[in-house]
Amino acid sequence: MQLAIAILLDGLSFASYLFIVSVGLTIVFGVMKILNVAHGSFYAWGAYLSAYLITLFSDMGYPNWFGFLLIPVATVVVGLVLSVIIERLVLRRMYHQDEVLIVLATFGLFLISEDLLLLVFGVNPYFAYQPMAALGNVRLGGISRDVYSMTLSALALIVAVACWWGLTRTRWGKLISVVIHDREIGLAMGLNVGMIYLAIFVIGAMLGALGGAYIAPTISVSPGFGIDVIVLSFAVVVIGGMGSIPGALIGAVMVGVLRAMAVHLMPELELFVVFAVMAIVLIVRPEGLFAPAKARTI
Amino acid sequence: MTARTLGKAIRTAALASAVAAAASMGGAAAAKNTIKVAIVTFLTGPAAGPFGVPGKNGAELMIDAINAGGLPGHSKGFGGATLDPVFADEAGGNSKQVAEYRNLVEKQNVDAVVGYISSGSCMATAPVAEELKKLTIVTICGTPSLFEDEPRSYVFRTQGSAVGDSIAAAHYVTQFMPDVTSYTGINQNYAFGQDSWKFFKQAMEQINPKAKASSNPQFPKIFSGQYGAEISTLSLDRAELVHSSFWDGDIEAFVLQALVRGFFDDKRFAAVVGDSAVDSLGAKFPDGVLIGTRSRSGILIRRDTTDPLNVWFIKAYKERYGAYPVGPSYQYAKAVHFLKLGLDKAAAAAGGFPTQAQMIEGLKGLSFNSVDGKTAMALGGGHQAIHDVGYGFTEFDKEKGEPAATNVKFYAAECINPPEGMLAEEWVDKGMPGAKCD
Repeated sequence: MQLAIAILLDGLSFASYLFIVSVGLTIVFGVMKILNVAHGSFYAWGAYLSAYLITLFSDMGYPNWFGFLLIPVATVVVGLVLSVIIERLVLRRMYHQDEVLIVLATFGLFLISEDLLLLVFGVNPYFAYQPMAALGNVRLGGISRDVYSMTLSALALIVAVACWWGLTRTRWGKLISVVIHDREIGLAMGLNVGMIYLAIFVIGAMLGALGGAYIAPTISVSPGFGIDVIVLSFAVVVIGGMGSIPGALIGAVMVGVLRAMAVHLMPELELFVVFAVMAIVLIVRPEGLFAPAKARTI
Repeated sequence: MTARTLGKAIRTAALASAVAAAASMGGAAAAKNTIKVAIVTFLTGPAAGPFGVPGKNGAELMIDAINAGGLPGHSKGFGGATLDPVFADEAGGNSKQVAEYRNLVEKQNVDAVVGYISSGSCMATAPVAEELKKLTIVTICGTPSLFEDEPRSYVFRTQGSAVGDSIAAAHYVTQFMPDVTSYTGINQNYAFGQDSWKFFKQAMEQINPKAKASSNPQFPKIFSGQYGAEISTLSLDRAELVHSSFWDGDIEAFVLQALVRGFFDDKRFAAVVGDSAVDSLGAKFPDGVLIGTRSRSGILIRRDTTDPLNVWFIKAYKERYGAYPVGPSYQYAKAVHFLKLGLDKAAAAAGGFPTQAQMIEGLKGLSFNSVDGKTAMALGGGHQAIHDVGYGFTEFDKEKGEPAATNVKFYAAECINPPEGMLAEEWVDKGMPGAKCD
C-alpha cells in the first residue's frame, strides 16, 4: 500500500510538471501546425529568469515566500518577449513553408537560445530553493514529501481547467476553433488569423516558461537542461495525440506514473517504459490516443 | 632550364625531402619554441559550472605558471617550450567528442590532448587516440575499463579509477560509520556510475560483510535533474546509508530536493565525488555527509599547510578566480604538470625537444609530486595512475563562513588499487590480496 501511494504521488507530481510544459507545445501545434522545438527554450529561459530573480531578491533580504511572486513575473516576461520576437521575426515568414523546414528553423532557434543563455547567465548553476523551503514538507504514505512539488499538481489542474474553459466557453476559443479547423475559412470570414496565431504562440510560450519557472526552485538550473524536457514533452504529445489538450493530460499521467513505477520496481527500465509506450501508441494508433478529428477537405 | 640546372634542382629537392623525412620520423632532436595542446573539458552543459570550468581554470593556472617559470621548485616551460592551449568543449555526447578529437589532431595539428571528465568521452576517444597515434592524457574519467579492456600506447590517465575511490569509500564507511548495517545507492546510469556502485558493493562485501546491500539501487539517467521518485524509493528502502557517485549539477539538484524532504534526517549519505556541490551550495549543504574528491584534493586538503605546491595552488587559484579550487581544478592542473615533467625528462634524455615517442617514454611509469600529493603511473603498463584517496564529513564552518571537512582520512594508493596485471574485479573478489593498508 505504502509503495502504491508512493508510486501514485511521484507519478502525479512528475506528470503535472510534464503536462504544464507539453500543453503549450500541443496548443501551438494544434492551432498553428508548428512542431516547435524552441519550446524547450521558453522552458529554459523561464527557469533561468525565475531562479535569477528569486536568488537576487533572496540576497536582498526578501523572505522565502516572496519567490512565489517572482515566478509569474518570469513566466510573463519570458513568454511575452521571446514569443513575440520569434513569431514576428522568424515564424511569420515561414507559415507557408514546408513543416519540416519550420521544425528545422525552430531547432536552430533552440540552439541559438542555448548559447544566448550561456552568454547571459554564464555556466554556473543557479539555486533558487527558497520557495520550496518556504513550504516545507509533510509526511504522507510513510515518507516525507516536499509540499512544493505537490502544489505542482494543483497548478497543472488550474492550467488544464483554464485551457478547457478558454477554448470551449469563450468567444476567443470559438475563433481559435475556426482557425484550427480551416485557416482559410477563418480568413474568408474576416478573422485576424495573424493575431490569433500570435496570441496562441504567446500562450504556448508562457506555458513553457511557467513549467521552467515553477520547476526552477527544485533543481540546479544549469546550461543544457532544456533538451531532456523537450524530448519528454514530445513523447507526451505523441502519446496523447498532437494538438489535443486532454491527450496531453492523459499522456503526461501515463508517462509520469509509468516512470514512477519503473523507478520504484525496476529502475533499469526508467527511460525504456516511456519510449516503449510511445512506440506502442505509434504502432497501434499513429495519430495518438486523443488526436482531434480532422475534417476532410474536398 | 638546362639539363644541368634541372639535375641540380632535383638533387636539392631530394636532399630537402630526405631532411624533412628524417625530422618527421623523429630521428633527431630539434629545438621547439611552442607546443600546441588541446585542453578538453565541459565548457557548456550541466557539468560546465561544477566540473568543466574549475577544471579549465586549474589547467590554465598551471599552464601560465609553467610558461612563466612561476611554478615553485620547477623550471620554466614544457621541455623548454611554451605551451599554447586550445580549449575544446566536452559537451555534446560521445560521437561529437570523436569528431572533435579528429578535428583537433588532424586539422588543428595539436601536439597532445589533455582532458576528458566523463567516462563516456574517454572511452569513446581513447581508440581514436590510438588510431591517430596522438599523445592523450586523460584527466578525470573514472572507469577502470579504460586500461583493463585493452592496453594503450598513446593514452595516459593521471587520475585513479573508480576502483580506488570505491574501495577507499568502503574502508571509510567501515571505520567511521561502524553502526551501518545496510546500504543502497543512487548512481548515474553510465560507465562511471555503474562502476562506482559495483566496486563499492564488492569492496563492502569483503571489508564489511555484516553490512548488507539493498536489492533496489537507483540508476537515473545522467543530467536528469529531477529525483522525486528516486528519493521516495530510497526513503522506502530500509538501508541506512545511501552511496552516490553523482557529480555535476546532478549532485546539487539531488541534495536540494532531498534536503527539503528531510531525507538527510533519516538517511546517512555518502557523496563520493560531491565536493563541488559542497562549495556551490555552501551553508545549504547538510553537515555530516561523507564527502570525497577522488584524490588528495579540494575541500579535504583546503587547510593543509604542509605541502608547498598545494599552498601555492590554493593561493594562486583564489587570487585569480576568487574561489577555492575543487577536485577537478586539481586534477586538470596535475595532468598539465605531468605533461611538463614527462617532457622535461624526455628533453633531458634527448638533448633537445623530444619526439612524441620520446615524450611517451618520458611519461611512462613516472612517479611525481603534484598539487594533490604523490602520483605513480603504476598500472596499465605505466599509463594509469594510482594515488591516495580520502574522505571526510561535511561541516559548515560558521566562523569562517565556508564549508569544511572533518575526520579526513586518506587511504594509501597501494591499499586501494590492484597490482599491475590483475583485473580489479578479480582482485576485490579474492579479498584484495597484497593490499598495503595501515
